[in-house]
Amino acid sequence: MEIEFPFYLLCVVDSLELYEGPLAIESIFSKWLHEEAESNYGAYIPFVGTIRAEDEIDALSFDIYEPVLQKWFDDWEEKAAKRGAKVKMAHAIGDVPVHASSYISAVFSPRRRVALELIDEFVEDFKANAPIWKYDVKDGKRVYAADRSTPMVGSGILSK
Amino acid sequence: MIKVEFLGPMAQEIIELEAQTLADVATQLQNIESVAPWLDKCAVAVNDEMTANLGMALKDGDRVSILPPVCGG
Repeated sequence: MEIEFPFYLLCVVDSLELYEGPLAIESIFSKWLHEEAESNYGAYIPFVGTIRAEDEIDALSFDIYEPVLQKWFDDWEEKAAKRGAKVKMAHAIGDVPVHASSYISAVFSPRRRVALELIDEFVEDFKANAPIWKYDVKDGKRVYAADRSTPMVGSGILSK
Repeated sequence: MIKVEFLGPMAQEIIELEAQTLADVATQLQNIESVAPWLDKCAVAVNDEMTANLGMALKDGDRVSILPPVCGG
């Protein structure tokens, strides 16, 4: 017998995942694939961010402010749903060594065009407005990556 | 009393202050030497809702978060 779920039940499925340390890319990919195996999406575009070896860093490290990140993500879920699509995201907290992954996101959509456009907008807005702070880890020291960081939308009001 | 917390790389303890609006918070934070240089690039959330409205009224027990420049991924 087929069971019908009311719409609100589908909405509580949360696709924002935070992990201590580096991300297990294969298992996250595979989990997401399984979750949407029968959702009838025609396109699945994953984006994987990995830590490059540069400036002699041993790792990057991340702080996250979860309540605001969750709201930012909820807004994106809503924007994606309006276009018939779904977004997912995983991010690391704490240290991630070079060549490991700190960030994975993905878009599922009925057709490729929406997925291609959304992954671009979603990843760019993530970079600019997700409340996550990055630090270089070098010789055991954790140094804020100030020169690579971007003020969030609405920044500066308290200096007026 | 309003609580102000400083997120990410801002090495600053939570402070408590009296304020009717975010503008009152701004004035008081501008007088803290270790905080002032950050303010022109920080965003603000009140009770975890982002806001850019300096006139926003605050009430007793509200929590203001100061968010310095971000870089996820």
